[in-house]
Amino acid sequence: MAEPLDDYIDAVSKALALPVEDAWRPAIRANLEVSLRLGRLVDEFALPDETEPAPVFTLP
Amino acid sequence: MTIQPDLTAAEIAKAVAGGQLSALDAAEAAFARIKQHDTVLNSFTDVTADRARAKARAIDADIAAGKTVGPLAGVPFAVKNLFDVAGLTTRAGSKINRDLAPAKRDATLIERMEAAGAVLVGALNMGEYAYDFTGENIHDGPSRNPHDTTRMSGGSSGGSGSAVGGALVPIALGSDTNGSIRVPSSFCGIFGLKPTYGRLSRARSFPFVASLDHLGPFARSVTDLALAYDAMQGPDADDAACTTRGLEPTLPLLANPVSDLRIAIAGGYFQNNLFPEAVEAVSRVAKALGATRVVDVPEAARARAAAYVITTTEGASLHLDRLRKRPNDFDPAVRDRLIAGAMVPAPLVDRAQKFRRWYRAQLAEIFKSVDVLIAPATPCTAPKLGQVNFNLGGVELPVRANIGIHTQPISFIGLPVVAVPVPLEPLPIGVQIIAAPWREDIALRVAHALEKMGVVAAPAPKGI
Repeated sequence: MAEPLDDYIDAVSKALALPVEDAWRPAIRANLEVSLRLGRLVDEFALPDETEPAPVFTLP
Repeated sequence: MTIQPDLTAAEIAKAVAGGQLSALDAAEAAFARIKQHDTVLNSFTDVTADRARAKARAIDADIAAGKTVGPLAGVPFAVKNLFDVAGLTTRAGSKINRDLAPAKRDATLIERMEAAGAVLVGALNMGEYAYDFTGENIHDGPSRNPHDTTRMSGGSSGGSGSAVGGALVPIALGSDTNGSIRVPSSFCGIFGLKPTYGRLSRARSFPFVASLDHLGPFARSVTDLALAYDAMQGPDADDAACTTRGLEPTLPLLANPVSDLRIAIAGGYFQNNLFPEAVEAVSRVAKALGATRVVDVPEAARARAAAYVITTTEGASLHLDRLRKRPNDFDPAVRDRLIAGAMVPAPLVDRAQKFRRWYRAQLAEIFKSVDVLIAPATPCTAPKLGQVNFNLGGVELPVRANIGIHTQPISFIGLPVVAVPVPLEPLPIGVQIIAAPWREDIALRVAHALEKMGVVAAPAPKGI
């Protein structure tokens, strides 16, 4: 049975012309799940609309 | 003079400049140590013997002619194999990059170390493309921990940690994107400096995550760390992120008192997910410095998450074409993480970079009332090679992804850190001495004070 992320992995691999062999899929899926979970943690944090990415990352 | 393995860079340079030791003999002593121990440690991937002997002879000739020599005269050093070394292929821990042409020119930091008199003796093992906290490498084999060779050296600058911890060389250079100087320092029981983002040039080194990559030195004493760091400072137009600030030497400030510094313990996130030895190490350092104030670093878990997202996506972008053309030549564990990174939606990356601005402002506020933050460098001492999971805070978690949980929220905004080794038994473990941007001098000063008190020290390698 297909995992929920498999359709997404197929679509992006096609769009980016990235190979995804069947044997690699479980590890790629597991890594993507971690990245998306951590991405959600960032996403949930409310930032003002005016916030800009930091082009220089140290303090002045 | 007899060359003991634990001779520091400062002692070697003094003896060479004073004529008690030749630079050539210092280099030969390093080669002998490498020959004797590196079949086990596996820290070197290249030994540049001909080049080193030529450089050492030139230094000896200068001294014989009465010329002034640099502060690192005759000091052997080695570099992680992502630094360009003229005539060598910059493999960056990979199989794929071995097909590249040899580098035509040394990395800026090698040029600066050699301009100060240091002698490059080789290139060091590392995790593939620096996406690693273990020091393991599927192509070259793991670099091993000098205190217990069945254990990890830490990554990704594992060879740097192993070579300095094993006293094969007094100084090594490495890179730190999320913890790759601080983690091997912790596991191998040595000092490591991750400077402020943009402080030291990265020119002619193989990148990983442009907005997080730092280069820096490892050593067995704080004086050696400062000697190397001071020699490598300075603007460099070849690295777009390199600061145009003037030189700010730290060596003359090392012995200044620390009693006027406001030192606090990083609380909350940094006091969780620790093995007892990490708690003990932080406690010893805090007690020695008289630090009792605990400062919470807000949203550190989210900072670690944002660093993770930026790393996996920028890393994927860097390697996209190699992933398309040569996926089977990667370490599968690296390949699968990078392919997944390429699939992370762009808005999450943009938000991670915006969060970075917010988080930076919080730390700027903290550093108005604090000069130094103390935090663990790693949650544990060196795990066994090949160990997959550990029990952290009552939860079974993968080792690889969680070794750097206490380093990532710090490098995320480029703060300078000295990792100091607390010589616990049976294995050492590191503590982060974190300062405000551009205040490497303060972090080094505190590390030096701890070293003088005997609280931190690089233990003799007992595994070799």
